[in-house]
Amino acid sequence: MALLDIKELAVAFRTRRGTVEAVRGVSLEVARGETLAIVGESGSGKSVTSYALMRILDAGGTIRAGEITYGGMDLRRAAERDMADIRGREISMIFQNPRAALNPIRKVGRQIEDVLLRHGRATRQDARAKAIQAMEAVRIRDAASRYHAYPFELSGGMCQRVVIALALACDPKLLIADEPTTGLDVTTQKAVMDLVSELIRERGLSAILITHDLGLAAAYSDRVAVMRDGELVEQGPAAAIFADPQHPYSRKLVAATPREGVGIRELLPPEARTPAPPVQIGGRALLEVRRLTKTFEGEGAPVHAVKDVSFSIRESESVGLVGESGCGKSTTSAMIMRLLDPTAGEILFDGDDLAKTPSRRFARDPRRASLQLVFQDATDSLNPRFTARASIADPLARLGGLDRAARRRRVEELADLVGLPQPLLERFPHQLSGGQKARVGIARAIALEPKLLILDEPTAALDVSIQAVVLNLLADLKARLGMSYLFVSHDLQVVRLLCDRIVVMRGGEIVEQGPAERIMTAPESDYTRSLLDAVPKPPSGGAPTVPPPARAIAR
Amino acid sequence: MADVSLHSGGGAGGSSALRHVVYVLRSNPVTLFAFAMLALLVFAALFGPAVAPYDPYASNAARALQPPSWDHWFGTDNLGRDVFSRVLVATRLDMAISVSAVALSFLVGSVLGAASGYWGGWTDRIASRVLDTIMAFPLFVLAMGIVAAMGNTIENVVYATAIINVPFYARLVRAEVNIRRNAGFALAAKLSGNADWRVLAVHIFPNALPPMMVQVSLNLGWAILNAAGLSFIGLGVRPPTAEWGIMVAEGANFIVSGEWWLALFPGLALMLAVFTFNLLGDGLRDMVDPRLRT
Repeated sequence: MALLDIKELAVAFRTRRGTVEAVRGVSLEVARGETLAIVGESGSGKSVTSYALMRILDAGGTIRAGEITYGGMDLRRAAERDMADIRGREISMIFQNPRAALNPIRKVGRQIEDVLLRHGRATRQDARAKAIQAMEAVRIRDAASRYHAYPFELSGGMCQRVVIALALACDPKLLIADEPTTGLDVTTQKAVMDLVSELIRERGLSAILITHDLGLAAAYSDRVAVMRDGELVEQGPAAAIFADPQHPYSRKLVAATPREGVGIRELLPPEARTPAPPVQIGGRALLEVRRLTKTFEGEGAPVHAVKDVSFSIRESESVGLVGESGCGKSTTSAMIMRLLDPTAGEILFDGDDLAKTPSRRFARDPRRASLQLVFQDATDSLNPRFTARASIADPLARLGGLDRAARRRRVEELADLVGLPQPLLERFPHQLSGGQKARVGIARAIALEPKLLILDEPTAALDVSIQAVVLNLLADLKARLGMSYLFVSHDLQVVRLLCDRIVVMRGGEIVEQGPAERIMTAPESDYTRSLLDAVPKPPSGGAPTVPPPARAIAR
Repeated sequence: MADVSLHSGGGAGGSSALRHVVYVLRSNPVTLFAFAMLALLVFAALFGPAVAPYDPYASNAARALQPPSWDHWFGTDNLGRDVFSRVLVATRLDMAISVSAVALSFLVGSVLGAASGYWGGWTDRIASRVLDTIMAFPLFVLAMGIVAAMGNTIENVVYATAIINVPFYARLVRAEVNIRRNAGFALAAKLSGNADWRVLAVHIFPNALPPMMVQVSLNLGWAILNAAGLSFIGLGVRPPTAEWGIMVAEGANFIVSGEWWLALFPGLALMLAVFTFNLLGDGLRDMVDPRLRT
């Protein structure tokens, strides 16, 4: 018998605009010792499903129908007091943002003690020793001294380890991991996921891994369930879902995941693929960065964020700037964008040294229009009080020198260019979807026809299918407008799709630079190799590695 | 949590602001009630003198100190003046004092707070210490001191009330601006060629408006109380002017002899005004918050 059995689950939320059915008739099973991955894009109901079984739905959410049975116990009708005992002791959860999941003003060791004491797994006398033991179990080195650390003193990966220690402290039988590595670097992601899967195996746990990343799901689970719009679309063994997806949506999702040996156009559904436009890379260097250095003088020791970085970008060329968080890639791009003044070095743009103009005065500089940026988080980069039209028109009004009517026409032109339906121009950011907001941000950035566009992880906050569309849009725009791109990202697979050359940074220095193909296939530095190895590899398409199994297809 | 977005079509047109106001009023009966009360206050302030049944300053010794009756709803005072007419007429003066004082402190506080929140450094240090100094005084005593020093006029009551309220606005704006100083949209505005002051005034400051509206409406209540308090102790407005604070002060002498209506009715008016403004805040915030517009 399965450990967890969900039958025809339906969850609805009451909102100001009526009832939203977030989960509709989902049936899932998790056997003892099995890891099930639930994959889906935002709004697919994958998190709501897990919240429903833990009975921690937000206010306004109710389980409308269905049965949830855990080890013979009816979770849907269990009393709140029984649920409180089950959470943490029988079923526990790892949350998306480890920092938000930990109490910021309580020592991490104490937080683990709290859970142990709550579930009667420790007494006042031995709680501390057991908490340290739990921390050691998740391979936290020097656990006895880390016991006294506050969450802000630990790195993101270390915080996630503490959260895992919390979740496993009371030996639960079912572990739910809700996007456990979102926001972590690839190498940290690998370390955390390897740890989780090792612990799962060691302790014979059942687990549910909720993720939007098919590669991650395939690499770390036995079975995958694909969800869309609150419904279960397909489920089956992990390898099979990849090798031979049955449902059109799963097929689209698999196709849209960037992976080795796949071109940018192949991410799109076949009917949307157009021939890739030819790009002629000019011979002249548009941007030349020479010995760029940034040192932040703080109260403590000075922080050397960027040390002696030199590289160049030719006309119509795309260069990827790759590295993990804290490697100095954002500081470098902020200096090139003239939002930050370098400590030393030159930024030659068309032969002019931009670093000579202080960033404070650069906003009104005529060269401002030639350097623009597409932000990482489209939501944060749009003024919540500006409609899409006002946001796109802002650079035109400040630097474009167009009158009102001409601006209006230009905004509409730009909306067409980036594929934003014109009626949406009158909407506020919160009324737009993630993909639409990304388009508004891109339209604003290209409004002044810049020569150099810096893309700061422009697709990091987007679902894979939307990422595929946005990446292709960026490739098309580059070909049409002849811009050069500096693509800042931590994801080598995404960078490879768009870039001709790749610069790898670590600790403020350039580790390696060269043609994209060479970096991806034959990296010279060990660091680049470790970055490449850390990316979870989905089983590549073609022949399935396991015999075709019987497939359970919902609906 | 997975976000479930639900948006019907349709853009924002000219009448959408009005539709939004109607929506906010309908969705919250307390707000509706507060706005109805505000409408009543505004009506009394604008047309009070025109609709008052008696001349608020005409004394009539024959009818002095009469309890409430059909002729005189709120009774008459020791000079035979009609209390109802006086309460009605006083609305204009009290509202004028509080609205102009709040407008002044909103303006000054916004500029100071926005500058110190955006630029930080010495601007922030100096502005914040000056504001802390103001806050260090018991505010009503400070207002008394200001009026006493600057001269006993209505304008000075307005200035004093404005000065003691400035720190509240400045601190609020400072915090709101500070958290948005490095937000993506502020950087994007710089990239679009907006000079610093423009980024601040056009892009960042308007986002601080929703919490400011709550502060404004609470402050309108405090300002009325403050003005009335000052005139109660004999500062600012002087008799025979009809003003709620003075009327309560004068009426207080008669409570012991049983003429309760002299102090009660202007006091009730005062309470009602403060009550209205306190209720108003949430509704005003909802109206200026674009996130609630759909």
